[in-house]
Amino acid sequence: MAKGRIRRKLLKSHLYTFCLYPGAAGKAGQSVGGPGFSRIVHCNEPQMHSQKPFKYRANDISTTKYSFLSFLPKGLYEQFNRVANLYFLGCAIASLTPLSPFSAVSMIAPLAFVVGLSMAKEALEDWRRFMQDMEVNSRKVKVHTGEGAFNKTAWQNVRVGDVVRVEKDQFFPSDLLLLSSNYEDGICYVETMNLDGETNLKAKRALEVTLDLDEDEDFKNFKGVIKCEDPNPSLYTFVGNLEYNGQVYAIDPSQILLRDSKLRNTAFVYGIVIFTGHDSKVMQNSTKSPSKRSRIERKMDYIIYVLFSVLLVISLISSFGFAVEIKYNMPEWWFMRPQQADEYYNPNEPVTSGISHMVTALMLYGYLIPISLYVSIEVVKVLQASFINQDILMYDEDTGIPAQARTSNLNEELGQVDTILSDKTGTLTCNQMDFLKCSIAGTAYGSSSSDIELAAEQQLTNDHVNKVELEAVVSSLGEKDHKSPIKGFNFEDSHLMKGNWLREPKVEDIILFFRILAVCHTAIPELNEETGTYTYEAESPDEGAFLVAAREFGFEFFQRTQSSVIVREKYTASGKPIDREYKILNVLEFTSKRKRMTVIVRDEDGQILLMCKGADSIIFDRLSKDGRLYQADTTRHLNEYGEAGLRTLALAYKKLEESEYSAWNTEFQKAKTSIGADRDIMLEKAAEMMERDLILIGATAVEDKLQKGVPKCIDKLAQAGLKLWVLTGDKMETAINIGYACSLLRQGMKQICIQANDSDSIEKIKGDILKQINNGLQTIKDEKDPYAAFAVIIDGKTLAYALEDDMKHRFLDLGVQCASVICCRVSPKQKALVTRLVKEGTGKTTLAIGDGANDVGMIQEADIGVGISGVEGMQAVMASDFSVAQFRFLERLLVVHGHWCYKRIAQMICYFFYKNIAFGLTLFYFEAFTGFSGQSVYDDWYMLFNVVLTSLPVISLGVLEQDVSSEVCLEFPAIYQQGPRNLFFDWYRILGWMGNGLLASLIIFFLNIVIFYNQAFRIGGQTADMTALGTTMFTCIIWSLNIQIALTMSHFTWIQHATIWGSIVTWYLFLAVYGALSPDISGNAYQILVEALAPAPMYWTTTLLVAITCNLPYMAHIAYQRCLEPMDHHIIQEIKYYRKDVEDQHMWNREQSKGRQKTKIGFTARVEAKIRLLQSKMHKKQ
Amino acid sequence: MSSNTPSSSAGGVGSADSSAPRRNSKRPKYSKFTQQELPACKPILTPRWVISAFILVSIVFIPIGVVSLFASQDVVEIIDRYETECVPQDFRNNKVSFIQSDANKTCTRRLTVTKRMKQPIYVYYQLDNFYQNHRRYVKSRSDSQLKDNSSWNDVSSCKPEDDSNGQPIVPCGLIAWSLFNDTYNFSLNNQQLAVNKTEISWKSDRDSKFGNDVFPRNFQNGTLIGGKSLDPTVPLSEQEDLIVWMRTAALPTFRKLYGKIERDLQPNEVIHVTLENNYNTYSFNGKKKLVLSTTSWLGGKNDFLGIAYLTVGGLCFFLALSFTVVYLVKPRRLGDPSYLSWNRNPGGQ
Repeated sequence: MAKGRIRRKLLKSHLYTFCLYPGAAGKAGQSVGGPGFSRIVHCNEPQMHSQKPFKYRANDISTTKYSFLSFLPKGLYEQFNRVANLYFLGCAIASLTPLSPFSAVSMIAPLAFVVGLSMAKEALEDWRRFMQDMEVNSRKVKVHTGEGAFNKTAWQNVRVGDVVRVEKDQFFPSDLLLLSSNYEDGICYVETMNLDGETNLKAKRALEVTLDLDEDEDFKNFKGVIKCEDPNPSLYTFVGNLEYNGQVYAIDPSQILLRDSKLRNTAFVYGIVIFTGHDSKVMQNSTKSPSKRSRIERKMDYIIYVLFSVLLVISLISSFGFAVEIKYNMPEWWFMRPQQADEYYNPNEPVTSGISHMVTALMLYGYLIPISLYVSIEVVKVLQASFINQDILMYDEDTGIPAQARTSNLNEELGQVDTILSDKTGTLTCNQMDFLKCSIAGTAYGSSSSDIELAAEQQLTNDHVNKVELEAVVSSLGEKDHKSPIKGFNFEDSHLMKGNWLREPKVEDIILFFRILAVCHTAIPELNEETGTYTYEAESPDEGAFLVAAREFGFEFFQRTQSSVIVREKYTASGKPIDREYKILNVLEFTSKRKRMTVIVRDEDGQILLMCKGADSIIFDRLSKDGRLYQADTTRHLNEYGEAGLRTLALAYKKLEESEYSAWNTEFQKAKTSIGADRDIMLEKAAEMMERDLILIGATAVEDKLQKGVPKCIDKLAQAGLKLWVLTGDKMETAINIGYACSLLRQGMKQICIQANDSDSIEKIKGDILKQINNGLQTIKDEKDPYAAFAVIIDGKTLAYALEDDMKHRFLDLGVQCASVICCRVSPKQKALVTRLVKEGTGKTTLAIGDGANDVGMIQEADIGVGISGVEGMQAVMASDFSVAQFRFLERLLVVHGHWCYKRIAQMICYFFYKNIAFGLTLFYFEAFTGFSGQSVYDDWYMLFNVVLTSLPVISLGVLEQDVSSEVCLEFPAIYQQGPRNLFFDWYRILGWMGNGLLASLIIFFLNIVIFYNQAFRIGGQTADMTALGTTMFTCIIWSLNIQIALTMSHFTWIQHATIWGSIVTWYLFLAVYGALSPDISGNAYQILVEALAPAPMYWTTTLLVAITCNLPYMAHIAYQRCLEPMDHHIIQEIKYYRKDVEDQHMWNREQSKGRQKTKIGFTARVEAKIRLLQSKMHKKQ
Repeated sequence: MSSNTPSSSAGGVGSADSSAPRRNSKRPKYSKFTQQELPACKPILTPRWVISAFILVSIVFIPIGVVSLFASQDVVEIIDRYETECVPQDFRNNKVSFIQSDANKTCTRRLTVTKRMKQPIYVYYQLDNFYQNHRRYVKSRSDSQLKDNSSWNDVSSCKPEDDSNGQPIVPCGLIAWSLFNDTYNFSLNNQQLAVNKTEISWKSDRDSKFGNDVFPRNFQNGTLIGGKSLDPTVPLSEQEDLIVWMRTAALPTFRKLYGKIERDLQPNEVIHVTLENNYNTYSFNGKKKLVLSTTSWLGGKNDFLGIAYLTVGGLCFFLALSFTVVYLVKPRRLGDPSYLSWNRNPGGQ
């Protein structure tokens, strides 16, 4: 490399000992060219791929359901897949024949409206998906366009074989072969959070032969051929080879950059496009999002079936009656000219006539099946969804993202959630670490007691449990997002800050502690030119937090060269900053197996130092005899930190003699350069040799920063009776830490850890796991203490066995009986499997919430999937049904919107059935009086009008009804339980409503006909004809239904008033207008209101009589129920109504705290547990 | 492999953190509607409301019931069922053949006025078991033809009574064809009692639905004669019997207006009715009744309405009473938290 670069080059690979070395290279490439391995990529010659056989899919992606062409046929097919729609389609077709009891228009118009509206909604949703695709497809990336020039090109135009240059923090546009990076040795870091949810960066390394290609000009004449596997969904394998300069090089997964992962800590990389668009691994992994339907809607289907059966039965009765009439009576009805009857009324063929009449009857009574129900529900849900979208209290000011209901199908399902399955990183936590506390040389530093202890103490001092204060503490928790100006540092202790540590005892140890923080890492500093401070690009956020902390304490790491780390020490005895350079001799980096990291450095004095940080148990095992001076104190501190949910690491060091080191180093180098399967073991052994006889110096506590308001939200959700399972890709320790931080775990909770032993045979492992599960169940059974709480913690490997068919139900039993369940290191697939297990095993509604692509499976599998928006990857959001910017919004989404939507939809559907039964059955009764001929007593247009008009009040009910206000919903999370218990949509209630409808239909019909059948209804002596009777009956129906809905509502805004009164007034207006139309259109309804009915007192008195009588039973029922068996929301409505909550605050607060569901997780439960503990201690003392 | 070139410069790395400017454009706009905070009245069903509602209903309903009953009592109604008696004894076993024969169908009836009847006295005929509401029957008419002379041949909906020997029938259809053709002549003390047969139909029907330029054509000249024939010189708008008949009744038992007697009748006066018993209700065992009735402001004699009102009013009164009792016996303080579910099932805490 003779060009004399100014760009700093680092051989990052020298920092690594364990990873990055291809484990078994050479295995690859053998199968290339065979079946399944046919792909050939001509590097830098994308034009080669413009025709067959090398023409591969383009890089644009499409997640839409329809295309422009397929929309109409496919959309129509989907619509008529619904039984009810199909039925209406049949009716619409039959309405063109003489069989129809109604005019064709009045049958077709509502269907067209309903289907049209649903399809418009589909189109809109698909359009949104299309726009999202467009957004992704039009992202820009630099592509080599020849002659060494790179131009920005939209993603969708990237072709196979293109050379692309991806820059820092950009996503890869497709699956790439890494050629080179800004680092000399071709290393780059990628963040694969979108793929697997893991937050730590992964290093990728280019092939050595392509390392030279690290400038734009180098690609002028670059040529090569890649032969590799066909597109497949496996993220962790890749088989292929690169032919370059006449030689063949094997490619393995560490050279492959996957689409949707992101370049981090690396200025740029060059890569060749291998798989594009839907061929890329991530797209191959994506599954079609299943269409979900809510529980209520599925139950509604059953009701529709019930109604269909009723419809069939009455149609059968009707046809039978018709056939009988035709056969026996029709011949005598000379006025109908039976001799000249057509096939539909032929007395000689009663069976044929009866069968054809069946069609008529099915159409006539079709009003039992509420065609407007579907469309009303769609309208209501869209409006409800827009309320969710518009809710300011679910708008995140920081990211500027509001909550979004991405599908409106599941609004009411939000009110019935029983179990929440949550991802951790990015959902509960921000993936940001803050240095919070530390323990140096046996002294703890950092702000003192934890919030939980504070709250418990506060409560104890008050004699009575005062909810207000607890509330205050809990809410302060949310707000206590210490406005720390420095990201990653949240430390408050004047003893250490601003160089004050110089005055502490054991200052030597403190200096050493800070030096370890500043030196023992693999990060790279970066100067922020605006502020003049350094930021660090670290592999894990913990490391970044350490470096920031070290900087704040006065040990600023500011430069890394190939072989050294330079730290500026601000506070020295002399008072002048000193730069100290540490020669890095070896780095034994962190892996999840080792759980520790060691650097061996030579300081300026020539002293060789080993610095080590790692999990406390690992470090404690490796201490020397005299290195345990601080162990007792440190352990105590570590326990405290652990209880507070902090992530801890212990720090240790040792001084090495030159000879000792060099002896070890030769051994180590030998291991490092060895090739073969036992290389790892040898390295491991070598490292083990060095990392012992350490001297403990202290420990750090880093806060895995929870997202704003998470503990409070979990607390509330727990009080609402929801169960929370945490499924995380992170390791067990981290997961447990977060468990503590979120109050899912607490001191005194019995943790049932289920872990499998790696080495045993499968049979033995399974037996072992089963035994552990059974033991757990037994322990729970034997537990006498009612306050005892249990938690299950299980890791991914074990889970794989526990999820097998023979064991999963035992596991589920255990999980259900425990207060909290934490699954760690689970793969995306396992997340989905656990979700399915809970969903199918308990039969209750599950909600999955997550932010990354690794949560997609779970989000799709759960009854409701919620995505956290605001993070960059959109996969989770794209797959989700709802998206919120922060976990904390879940509380409002469920407890307020969910509760409301559930009740609204439930009431609305019940009312719809009532309405249609009340209306539809009157048609049936009338049939019995017309010889079952299929004549409707109502004008066709009344029916059509009914569909539209009486739907509006129901829609206003479905959109605006509130049993209690949003504040009360939040104050009494227990009210939420009405949803999961399904109090408002059980068969008892549904049948009750149907019975009410039946009663109403009887009252409406028989009162009317008895009053009107033969007597004059006017002073002028006129008798009522069919139109007059029909219109009066219809008026009665309009009034009865509207009074009924008014009785159902408990919340009247002007909109409800407008729709209810509007519906009544419009009916009269309609009658007047319809009657004023030419008799060609209005027929017998011509002038019906103005001339015939309105002047007749009989018309009005009948309306009054019927409308009131219809509603008496319901009125008596609700009055009785409210009086003797009031439900929770009734009482709360009354309390609010009489302002008792203001007058008797004490009672109000007491009820709020009593109304909580019995829960063992969450902050409040934890405080209570603490109080019990302290109380029992006090008793003992006395 | 490549040479190690540590360099002092730290350029080339890093791009400014892309902290995009806050996009507040997505912030939902506040409005009371979108935040679901519209002012609302939230009435609740307190015992007071329940009782007053029931009381109110009974207070309104009972008087209405009483008033309607009185109105109904004021109506005097004379009903005479004549379909059997107007068949000569020897035809009683085979009434159908009588009605289809050419025999003299004149029949005389005597009606005694029970109470004073104030004019106008409405004359109705009431048929029974006659399915005027049958779909086949109801559909068999052509409104456009009735209304407008120009569309006189629009008979497509009138089958099977659409044409006669290829000539469109006006008015076509089964309804018109089966027009009721019994006639009544009243005499009191051997004096002709005039029956006014005008304005017995809806004015709107005469004005707008039955054209004054539409005259009967080819009516009842087919092989089968249904009911009454129409005078081809009188426009349909003046054929009020037809207009009334064409308003199909809702139920198989119905009354239709025949005419008005515009004279008071005194108690014990005897009216002689000479009627032509032409209409065949015998094939389907239908009854025929002649009805003379006065009306009240509420219409005809309709006790049911009043009784229904009284019943519902009484029921409401009873409900009000029972709720009062319930509230007294088992009072529940409104908003009493002890009724909350978690306080009622002590398992919750």
